[in-house]
Amino acid sequence: MAAAARGQTLGRSSFSRATSNPVASSSGAAGVKLGPNGAAFVSSGIPDLDKILGGGFLLGSVVMIMEDADAPHHLLLLRCFMAQGVMHKQPLLFAGPLKEPRLFLGTLPAPVSSSKEDGRHRLMGVGASGDGRVSDEGLRIAWQYKKYFGDEKTSRAEHRDNKQEFSNDFDLRKPLERHLLNGQNTECVSTQDADSLRDLQDHCSAFISRLPGKDGGSLTAGRIAIQSLCAPQCGYFEKDWDMISFIKSLKAMVRSSNSVAVITFPSTVLSNSFCKRWQHLADTLLSIKAIPDEDKDLAKLLTGYQDMVGFLHVHKVAQTNSQVPVILEASTLSLKLRKRRSLMLERLNQAPVDGSSGPSSAASVSCSSSQGSQLDF
Amino acid sequence: MEEYGGGDLLSEAMGSAARVVVVEDCVEAPGAFVLHLLLKRALASGGAAAFLALAQPFTHYDRILRKMGCNLSLHRRNERLHFFELQAFPAGARNGAIADSLVRLYSEIQRVAEATRTEENAGQFTVMVDDITLLEVAAHGSVDDVLDFLHYCVTLTSEMNCWLVILIHEDIYAGEENMGLLLHLRHIADLVVKAAPLSTGLAADVHGQLSVVNKGTFNKQRANGQKVWNFHFKVKENGADFFYPGSRH
Repeated sequence: MAAAARGQTLGRSSFSRATSNPVASSSGAAGVKLGPNGAAFVSSGIPDLDKILGGGFLLGSVVMIMEDADAPHHLLLLRCFMAQGVMHKQPLLFAGPLKEPRLFLGTLPAPVSSSKEDGRHRLMGVGASGDGRVSDEGLRIAWQYKKYFGDEKTSRAEHRDNKQEFSNDFDLRKPLERHLLNGQNTECVSTQDADSLRDLQDHCSAFISRLPGKDGGSLTAGRIAIQSLCAPQCGYFEKDWDMISFIKSLKAMVRSSNSVAVITFPSTVLSNSFCKRWQHLADTLLSIKAIPDEDKDLAKLLTGYQDMVGFLHVHKVAQTNSQVPVILEASTLSLKLRKRRSLMLERLNQAPVDGSSGPSSAASVSCSSSQGSQLDF
Repeated sequence: MEEYGGGDLLSEAMGSAARVVVVEDCVEAPGAFVLHLLLKRALASGGAAAFLALAQPFTHYDRILRKMGCNLSLHRRNERLHFFELQAFPAGARNGAIADSLVRLYSEIQRVAEATRTEENAGQFTVMVDDITLLEVAAHGSVDDVLDFLHYCVTLTSEMNCWLVILIHEDIYAGEENMGLLLHLRHIADLVVKAAPLSTGLAADVHGQLSVVNKGTFNKQRANGQKVWNFHFKVKENGADFFYPGSRH
């Protein structure tokens, strides 16, 4: 596998990350894509997030999502991640602070049916044109510019075929069909009232040991999803060192296997120093922030505000076998619900400043909305 | 030193006399690349090293150092590099046994250090820890055990003519209540290398800034030399660029 990946990455320089994704073809196994540096990715269930992270969630990494204290938006990401695993028939382990964690599987979204897929066109903002979406068929390009996009168009089309099997668009309003769930080797663990993490740890290590090894011909990726690991309703809450050593050993286990662990945690219940420890242990670190419903200032500042449900901040992107950090074009992205159905991520687009509001007030708002990285000079 | 990844400013700032080097970093600016550079230099100058890897598996370091022109597998086979895979450390031992595990780990390090010293034309021996905060986690928060272990390692530097390089995430200790480990490390350090993000945010050309604080207590000649260095860095696959702010374009 590693050799094949190296072959693919040959002749590509390290900084061409954004364009490298379409080139990396999918491997034999469903839902696993090979990338540079011997990396293998599985889809996060959100095509836009896959693109941003340079292919998806890295196999063998721990992804941590810092929850918003007030809104359950992290569940959207977790559901998409799990549903994508179900679509690929990958083994799945779910743990959450619920009485009946299996009921959570009933809330997983179903993929958007393909007939609708054809009918709809992606709406896109001006700022999104940077990542090659201009070549979407829905958009007419002036004939002079067409020749410049010729190459990109073909690679894009290739990518599209590829994408059909690697990641799906999910319809958050439609639940996943039962028969898909029943045929699955999913496992659910309740962390509510559990006194120690020993049980969860045993489940995880058993789950990982059941996965076929890395050298095996078929590369089956396992997915571990843990919701609200340090939630106050867990019996082990406040056993900070137990939790952190659980994450450490989970990371060690995951690293030597072909699985991905996604952990969401309410960072506000942890003390500052432990929160930092958790963040250091994460390979990929994301945080989710909900936006208030009626924030007039923000609505004036950002285009497409009415579709936004929150902000996604990318703090860290997993890097194996490389010391160069990934510098994203923008680390704060808006999380949007397209037609109230499927999730998409977009760079923030600043609306033209209204002259009447005055430049000073606009500037102060832009500082508070934590989008400094957007300002390209 | 230009051929060693172009780390001229860093090596100039670090001098050569520091025995205990502490590398501090934070979530926004990981400092592992400094460790990779120092490991490469330690091995390239004909020395030997013991690497305590708590954060990553061997393959990770192997791949990275290979791109920097240093074959870890070869060094490991030649017993120049003693690699301790401690991701699952302490294996099996639950509460209480950590002190014993650390003592065993130390005696193992001591053994390889002694074995290296008795060899012909032995160079410098370097002990590297990546990273010490995970050792604290492995010790289940018992700072005393970690401090004991650190103290043993520091005695190695004077007894066996060793180098000690330790990575610590300083933002964990930003609060006032639990600064113990960081303060201790800063105290025993001859040299502190601190990686920090740019205050202006993300940039593609500059990944952050390094400040090197040279305590200057170990060398008379350097005592009146420059003690604090600040410069920017950019991490590359084959090393890192160091430059003064604004001096590059």
